[in-house]
Amino acid sequence: MNEQPEVLRNFTINFGPQHPAAHGVLRLVLELDGEVVARVDPHIGLLHRGTEKLIEQKTYLQAIPYFDRLDYVAPMNQEHAFCMAAEKLLGIEVPRRGQLIRVLYCEIGRILSHLLNVTTQAMDVGALTPPLWGFEEREKLMVFYERASGSRMHAAFFRVGGVHQDLPQKLVDDIEAWCDPFLKVVEDLDRLLTANRIFKQRNVDIGVVSLKEAWEWGFSGVMVRGSGAAWDLRKSQPYECYAEMDFDIPIGKNGDCYDRYLIRMEEMRQSVRIMKQCIQKLNAADGQGPVVVEDNKVAPPRRGEMKRSMEALIHHFKLYTEGVRVPEGEVYAAVEAPKGEFGVYLVSDGSNKPYKCKIRAPGFAHLQAMDHICRGHLLADVSAILGSLDIVFGEVDR
Amino acid sequence: MDDAKLDALGQTIVSALPGAALGHSVAFNQLTVDVEASKIVEVVTYLRDDPNCRFVNFTDITAADYPDREKRFDVIYHFLSPTLNTRIRLKAQADETTQVPSLIEVFPGADWFEREAYDLYGVFFVGHPDMRRLLTDYGFEGHPLRKDFPLTGFLEVRYDDQEKRVVYEPVRLNQEFRKFDFLSPWEGGDYPVLPGDEKAGPKS
Repeated sequence: MNEQPEVLRNFTINFGPQHPAAHGVLRLVLELDGEVVARVDPHIGLLHRGTEKLIEQKTYLQAIPYFDRLDYVAPMNQEHAFCMAAEKLLGIEVPRRGQLIRVLYCEIGRILSHLLNVTTQAMDVGALTPPLWGFEEREKLMVFYERASGSRMHAAFFRVGGVHQDLPQKLVDDIEAWCDPFLKVVEDLDRLLTANRIFKQRNVDIGVVSLKEAWEWGFSGVMVRGSGAAWDLRKSQPYECYAEMDFDIPIGKNGDCYDRYLIRMEEMRQSVRIMKQCIQKLNAADGQGPVVVEDNKVAPPRRGEMKRSMEALIHHFKLYTEGVRVPEGEVYAAVEAPKGEFGVYLVSDGSNKPYKCKIRAPGFAHLQAMDHICRGHLLADVSAILGSLDIVFGEVDR
Repeated sequence: MDDAKLDALGQTIVSALPGAALGHSVAFNQLTVDVEASKIVEVVTYLRDDPNCRFVNFTDITAADYPDREKRFDVIYHFLSPTLNTRIRLKAQADETTQVPSLIEVFPGADWFEREAYDLYGVFFVGHPDMRRLLTDYGFEGHPLRKDFPLTGFLEVRYDDQEKRVVYEPVRLNQEFRKFDFLSPWEGGDYPVLPGDEKAGPKS
């Protein structure tokens, strides 16, 4: 009997594309050495829809709905980046009330996204109650989306030059009435998770990213703040009326999953603070006025005007057939989306369609570091790390 | 940073890297530096390590297609300097055969962005350890973001109930994709010949 030395071979498994902890259609090819992850090869593109190619064929107005479908958890934040890019090229400034409504809804988007992420991350590590509590609040927020735009998720509410419609006063009051009870819900979630022994065992010191690594891997948003950088585009490169808002930027110390969770919790509270200030300013005397630029070469005229004015009718027709001609140039505009820096690089050739529109999604940069972060962790940590990276496949695959 | 400071920064970069950084421009309060594609690693290392720049955050790599040009692609890099609180854009020209050096040694985050640019445009990055397609289907052919790639693509998939598997077929459209032309002849659209144009020419 000849004895051959036993050959130990690494075990390769497929994680996803249909896995509840894969947050969408992620296929991870995991190479395992026992239970330790030796290599991660994420396969993406299963949700690739060719958004950038489609946008090149559409007018600027028609391109906006595509942005809702990128990070479909916080739709308006994406529209914001595109509108800002086009506005930079056109050289227009959004009226004050439009800015306030934009900021208000961007913060609603941030809470929508963080609620989903924090609670599903808790679910990934074994807790079932947080999603049930969090999704109730998300539902209320989506009703606010619906009451503003007519659609719960794919709002298409922002326009180049402002927002589509003004908010009714009742809606503004209802959002205000939602704010304080929501802080109570955050408090409840906090009591469920923050000191929870299992949650801490699964998240503390898992997926540690140093600040240097975070910068060079192209991280942004919560991922760099978790590693200790006081960097938030709303503070460092303020856009719209963020400069006059009073809010704090939470920063982590250890760069692990638990710090990132804590930051998201605190950011929700800060978002409520910003929302309250927006509402106060919207109700003030200088918060009244138009919500979109008055220039009819960019924004459509009012319906009432069109009944009487020939010129308004022509403008309306031209805007909805040909669209806006955007001057030649190239521009990069970024917003602090809930997941990080969401950027749009827009090249215009002077026609009514973008020549090129590159979407720089934060999740894309975060997901590519999976291999780097997961190596040496246990298989069970993969889903905790994936949860704390905050991946949504709409924006990763585009 | 205001435009004057950006302009000064651009001049510093261009003078520090002769032969690699070719020129700079400031537009919409954003700095663009044109670089030589083969020297991109040198430029990016300088931008990252120079104490006056510190562009340590990698933001984006993409390409743009201009089929009329001799070198049809612009490879476009974005970096962010948290110290200066400013962004920079690098542009390098390339064609289908240019071998653009990969940035993966300088910024590991360039990995997927280069794979994506290769996948969608066919820009070739040399020195990248794993140049597979990223976003498109397994076994996909062509580079979909090139301007000469049709919007509808070439293949469509459907589930075949007889064969019990997904099959690939050439795209069949019941209606042609409608693309309207808004260039008005009164505004100097460059039409070849419009009906009636022959009457306007010099009489022979």
